[in-house]
Amino acid sequence: MSLLKVEKLSKEFGGVHAIEDLTFSVEAGHIHSIIGPNGAGKTTLFNLITGVYTPSSGRVLFQDRLVSGMKPYELAALGMSRTFQNLQIFFNMKAIENVMVGSHLHLDRRFLPSLLRLPSVIRKDRQCRESCAGLMEFVGLVKYLDADAASMPYGALKRLEIARALAAKPRILLLDEPAAGLNATESREIDEVIKRVAATGVTVVLVEHDMKMVMGISDHITALDYGRKLAEGTPAQVRANPEVVSAYLGAHA
Amino acid sequence: MTFKTARTGGLALLAIIIAAAPLGFSNSYFYDVAVNAMFNAIVCVGLNLLIGYAGQISLGHAGFFALGAYGSAILTTTYGLPPLAAMVLSAAAVGLLAFVVGRPILKLKGHYLAMATLGIGIIINIVLKTESKITGGPDGMSLDNFSVLGFSIVGDRMWYWTVGVLLVLTVWLALNLIDSPVGRALRAVHGSEVGAEVVGVDTSSYKVLVFVVSAVFASIVGSLFAHKNGFITPDIASFFHSVELVTMVVLGGMASTFGALIGAVILTLLPQLLAAVEQYEAMILGAIMMGTMIFMPKGLLPSLVASVKRLGGGR
Amino acid sequence: MFAAFLQYLFSGLTSGAIYALAGLGFAIIYNSSHVINFAQGEFIMIGGMASATMVAQGMPMPLAILLAMLITMAVGVALEKFAIEPARNSDVVTIIIITIGASIFMRGAAQLIWDKEFHSLPAFSGETPIAVLGATMMPQSLWVFGVSAVVIVALWWFFNRTMFGKAMLGTSHNRLAAQLVGIGVKRVLMASFALSALLGAVGGIVVTPITFTNYDAGIMLGLKGFSAAVLGGLGSGGGAIVGGLIVGIAEALASGYLSSAYKDAIAFVIILFVLFFMPNGLFGKRGTDRV
Repeated sequence: MSLLKVEKLSKEFGGVHAIEDLTFSVEAGHIHSIIGPNGAGKTTLFNLITGVYTPSSGRVLFQDRLVSGMKPYELAALGMSRTFQNLQIFFNMKAIENVMVGSHLHLDRRFLPSLLRLPSVIRKDRQCRESCAGLMEFVGLVKYLDADAASMPYGALKRLEIARALAAKPRILLLDEPAAGLNATESREIDEVIKRVAATGVTVVLVEHDMKMVMGISDHITALDYGRKLAEGTPAQVRANPEVVSAYLGAHA
Repeated sequence: MTFKTARTGGLALLAIIIAAAPLGFSNSYFYDVAVNAMFNAIVCVGLNLLIGYAGQISLGHAGFFALGAYGSAILTTTYGLPPLAAMVLSAAAVGLLAFVVGRPILKLKGHYLAMATLGIGIIINIVLKTESKITGGPDGMSLDNFSVLGFSIVGDRMWYWTVGVLLVLTVWLALNLIDSPVGRALRAVHGSEVGAEVVGVDTSSYKVLVFVVSAVFASIVGSLFAHKNGFITPDIASFFHSVELVTMVVLGGMASTFGALIGAVILTLLPQLLAAVEQYEAMILGAIMMGTMIFMPKGLLPSLVASVKRLGGGR
Repeated sequence: MFAAFLQYLFSGLTSGAIYALAGLGFAIIYNSSHVINFAQGEFIMIGGMASATMVAQGMPMPLAILLAMLITMAVGVALEKFAIEPARNSDVVTIIIITIGASIFMRGAAQLIWDKEFHSLPAFSGETPIAVLGATMMPQSLWVFGVSAVVIVALWWFFNRTMFGKAMLGTSHNRLAAQLVGIGVKRVLMASFALSALLGAVGGIVVTPITFTNYDAGIMLGLKGFSAAVLGGLGSGGGAIVGGLIVGIAEALASGYLSSAYKDAIAFVIILFVLFFMPNGLFGKRGTDRV
């Protein structure tokens, strides 16, 4: 079943059509990649799906439920999680606390009990700390368990954001250029992490420029250009599509 | 040192200091200054939740303090309510005002938020000065003692112990809040609002929550201050007072409850120590504000802790 | 009826002109450094106090005025160099506190150097009121309008016709690009503070014969100037001018027709109104965050 559906989605910024009349869907359990040249609108698309932007027209459906226009924190409650192209790490907190914030919705968040430090709050917090340490291990950040987020290298922070997103126990995880700025080794590590995530049953939607990674990992690809859908299909299909080729390499047929 | 030991140790140390300090007090003047320092400390612990932890700013918090003070004054003197009820009612009213005003204001950021809170504080100040039929205008209002069920708090010593207990309680509550999911969500809002939003934190609501909490703290202290002093004027709502409060928080250390406490104590004691050079007081305060922010932007306590860490083994 | 309205209008335009100059000062500094200079009002105060006390001690007025302007400009440059420049990469809250600290410092210094008394300057061309359509206007008000207009035209010429002025504009639009083409950003910053200080001083000097001045006068003037800048749209010079006039006239009309006790509150109600409903002001630019 289509976990996520985008129907005739459009977004304009003062005359610039960042996304125009876009329709596609993501199947549950898939790794679905969005590709396209710079400026094609990929991050805008993510921001539209995750509620950071409101669509100018069109709809987004998650689990067959209309979600366009909902705020990001409401979408998180429905099981949607994401990472950012420009890291949005909480540098004022420790690494493990970053991940713990990820499970915010699963913790005892009541004000008075927190103020009074009731046992239920403490217990859930302790469990949270343990499972978040487990998540940091899962993404390969064991050696940063006690570190401050501000002291971690870029590559590790990208994985920390993924751990945080996973702490929310999402049904669908949107990764915005997880390999951006990483070298070959780090990219391979992220690749492994993504495969592990997908293996747990989480649907993954990926925006990425690294074609090798995309072609190797995806079940399905949607290609964008100038905010419109250029092509879609399996990696083999998309790779062979002449329009995709010319959009990336320049029109020369 | 883990957060847990730091906090239990800190609380214990605070309690010991409060209990032992009077041994060095030779007359009630000391008690008086100490009580004022503790009053400021309680307000600053609350304000620090807003500024240091949630990363917002308020240049109008003296307004909430004054509303608490005047609320108690008006309700007890003009309407004859018992002091405790007046204090609670005032705090509730201030909380409501902070909620109503907070929602639109906290959508603003940085300079705009600072100016909006400044505007609110000054408007409160002007209203208190102008509506003299209700508030006594620039000449102020007087109040009776604070009493609960016939038992009155009279004299500097009684106030000292009462407020001392209140301070320890406040710090305990604040520390609890910070080390909880709510506290982490607040700090996350400071770290990255959109990052917090996508993991389910309703950032607007959390910002309003901490704004209301800090306003209520200020209001309660305002009420108690009014009863202790027996007399209040609209000056307590001045821009200068709001600035003093913010300076206390940033001086001691933002995102540090004990830091805010220390900042409050230092800036309350400073004018006493500088009594001889009173004419330089404004210049010194201004210089402290500039100096701290330029050379120790994280505030006294975190900077000290950081240098101790570096000296003690470079971990 | 009409005469009363006109009276309030003149009064409002006079104070509005001062707010406009203060608002322009805010705009210039904000444009070059994204700093809201809470000490802007103190520039107004220093200009007025310095010139008033020097004249009271026997200095010829033109000389006193010139010196006062230079002194204020020096204070502005010192502020930039010693308080703003070292903290250039800090966050907003930090810088706000620095400029507030600076304004408190300056006020404390003013208390010491001069005193707490009110001071005044003799009116530039006498005190005979001029009758206009049933209302009266002080000749000094004409000076206020005239000087403000000259200053504004001079500024326009500076920013649009001189090399350095254009460099300043360029820096305000894109600091990095300006640096890359060789514009001395530090000098631009210093110049913007000097310029804003000058604007403040001029306003202070020209209005002191009417309103008197004392060490405390800067706070309200500065905050109302800020109100003007926000109303006009932070960063828009023309907006600050329009904003200042609107604030001044609104104050005068409210004070005349509603209640003079709440006169000071008007500017702050305007700030709140603008921040809630049109945070970009009348002429400001709209922006979105890139995530």
